[in-house]
Amino acid sequence: MNTPRLRLICALVLGLIFVLGLFAGTVSPYPYAKQFREHPNVAPSSTHLLGTDSLGRDLFARVIYGTRVSLLLAPAAALLSTLLAGILGGFAGLLGGWCEKIILAATDLSMALPLLFVLLALRALLPLDISPILSVIATFALLGLLGWPSSLRVVWAATKNLRNSDFLLLARATGCSRRRMIVRHLLPNLRPVLFAQFWISIPVFVLTEATLSMLGLGVIEPLPSWGNLLRGLEDISAVSANPWRLTPLVLLILVVICFQFILPAQEETA
Amino acid sequence: MPSPLKSLTLAILLAFALPVRAQTGGELHLCLHGEPKTFNPVLVDDEASENVRYLTGGVLIRLNRQTQELEPALATSWKVSRDRRTITFHLRKGVHFSDGTPFSSEDVAYTMRLLMDPVTHSSTGDAFRSGEGTVQVQTPSPDVAAIAFPAPVAGLERLFDQVAILSAHSPKKEMAVLGPFYVADYKAGSYVLLQKNPNYWKHDAQGHALPYIDSVRLDIQRNRDIELLRFRRGELQLINRLDAEQFERLQHENPAVARNAGTGLDAEEMWFNQSPVAPLPDYKKAWFAAKEFRKAISMAINRADLCRMVYAGFAKPASGPVSPSNHFWFNAALEDPKYDPQGALRLLAQAGFRLENDTLKDRTGKPVEFTVVTNSGNASREKLATMIQQDLSQVGIKVNVVTLDFPSLIERITRTFDYDACILGLVNTDLDPNSQMTVWLSSGENHQWNPSQKSPATAWEAEIDKLMREQATAPTEKERKAKFDRVQQIAAEQQPFIYLINKDVLVAVSPGVVGAAPVVLEPWGFWNADTLRLGPAPELGVQK
Repeated sequence: MNTPRLRLICALVLGLIFVLGLFAGTVSPYPYAKQFREHPNVAPSSTHLLGTDSLGRDLFARVIYGTRVSLLLAPAAALLSTLLAGILGGFAGLLGGWCEKIILAATDLSMALPLLFVLLALRALLPLDISPILSVIATFALLGLLGWPSSLRVVWAATKNLRNSDFLLLARATGCSRRRMIVRHLLPNLRPVLFAQFWISIPVFVLTEATLSMLGLGVIEPLPSWGNLLRGLEDISAVSANPWRLTPLVLLILVVICFQFILPAQEETA
Repeated sequence: MPSPLKSLTLAILLAFALPVRAQTGGELHLCLHGEPKTFNPVLVDDEASENVRYLTGGVLIRLNRQTQELEPALATSWKVSRDRRTITFHLRKGVHFSDGTPFSSEDVAYTMRLLMDPVTHSSTGDAFRSGEGTVQVQTPSPDVAAIAFPAPVAGLERLFDQVAILSAHSPKKEMAVLGPFYVADYKAGSYVLLQKNPNYWKHDAQGHALPYIDSVRLDIQRNRDIELLRFRRGELQLINRLDAEQFERLQHENPAVARNAGTGLDAEEMWFNQSPVAPLPDYKKAWFAAKEFRKAISMAINRADLCRMVYAGFAKPASGPVSPSNHFWFNAALEDPKYDPQGALRLLAQAGFRLENDTLKDRTGKPVEFTVVTNSGNASREKLATMIQQDLSQVGIKVNVVTLDFPSLIERITRTFDYDACILGLVNTDLDPNSQMTVWLSSGENHQWNPSQKSPATAWEAEIDKLMREQATAPTEKERKAKFDRVQQIAAEQQPFIYLINKDVLVAVSPGVVGAAPVVLEPWGFWNADTLRLGPAPELGVQK
């Protein structure tokens, strides 16, 4: 299969999953938290399309709502981290000198911090009486606020490269203002790099949320996310007896693969 | 009719069959779930070290884990004075430590001095501290030791089950032991090898020296899944305390190896923060302080569902601080907890709450909503919290569930008091209520709903304080029991802790281990290690 066709299929698959998540309230037959206590761990049927979990909750409803949480908030977190990386990396690369040194030192310091422990500590500082929705937004906001350092390095390197380019030298020589230089010359040339960083960050944040939820620190029950749905896979014997529990894992793999196939298109434009 | 020849053949086969199935010698192989921090019995403070102490230490009095009665061990008899301040032991004669050093009353005196020395910081010794002053040990003869305490000690005899006697003269110090095994080898992070003590004093009814097995290999393995995998491969012969899912899986694969010892002593419980210094709004403090509110919450929780869905049926609804497995101290007069959401609503109405559009509101019209915290990574507790969340939604209460890493949780429940309600487990290793002193005394640090009070905040807490102090000095066990029964009754009326469930003690024992009889008391599966025999280990018929 040729690459453009594969990309199209991946984009369609991603689009379908996004739409399903977006209209979870309409598509889902039951509320995600409703416990059918007389029917825990039942196999897929016309009543429960993907069966139920150990608390008797409809897995189809939980997967769809989980998709909404994971696939809407991960891009938001990716956008936040890319914006931070773009602004700070752009300044560092463009201005150079002490500004560059301070920003890069802060980046190195942030990269040296164990992200997981920082997230755990910050999560523990949040007030307890926030609703699950606010909690999940806070979790992804933290991911976005702490996930910029690796992207910043890339943006900084690209900006520095652009700063020394002939066309910027020419623009500077013809008396082009700094604002015009950034808006008209620098940003359009940085756009592909920023796009690539954005696309790369989405699956990373989905996986980080999954890791946090596996540790019981991501999205708060009963709100589902792919991460806390993956916790159901801890009991391997339950999975072999109820293979439909693998659905969130299949979705996660599918989304990560789709993002990876779409990504080169952006790199090629760079 | 069977011929005489056939009968004789059968008799010979049967006669040979028993020794093949249960023979002396061999190595018992099981896991410790952590690194033992010490082999010095007076310093033991963790489960792994406690297991090693149990297998190696010789004690004056042993609590029979099955009958829950005290039995003579190194002491053939003992007598407690009427004021419960002095205990006199008559020691077994002709006993030697594992290195051959003779045992005498001097060793008892040496052990007690070491145990009670404040410099030692022994948690075992802390249980004996009854008042100001020093413990005096007199040794009028090599086989008599009298220990006098500055104040009466409740359940004094039972405490000696934890005191492994050390040798005052052996050059091997704490490595010379009086128990069935001694530590022969230890590789940090890997294993502890215990060898049969050739000088162990105990013999079976036929006069054969115990223990039957030659050695016990304790592999250090924290990962329970790997432990189960190794058991299935036949590399381990015993697993102490499986979780419900592992047990159910094992029972399904091979019912003969999965052994349910019955309802354990540990409980899962929930409590509301009643600390006056808690940074909570006044209306929440008023809810949590109301007895009707706490009782209504208790009534609205479906404990039978918790047992069935979270613990696969291997748990029982808990009615109070003492498990029914604690034969002597359990108050059988307490009512079983009822699931009655309508009754809960009636009780809430009495306290001024009302249900409006499926939302419970207090007198001032504030919707009832609170957050339950528990430790992250404990799947069972998280499920308990999620089920309680749904149960309470039936009476219009909105519950948020928050999981925190353990240090953050402890910080909140012991220092900042910044939480509404908490679900945690109560670990009970001792049958005697004295071990729960810090939980029930209002001045106690573990009086979780309102710890370290200068004076009791409520009349019922004052009554519990009085009863707990009185039971500690009561002259007879019967009087102690009567007072602690009343404590249990007050706890059931006031519900400072909402007891949820008591988990079953689930153990896996290979069919090759003969004589294993798992019990609800620690060390559950190998409490009778000195009388266990090893037969041929059959295939478990599961994943290899």
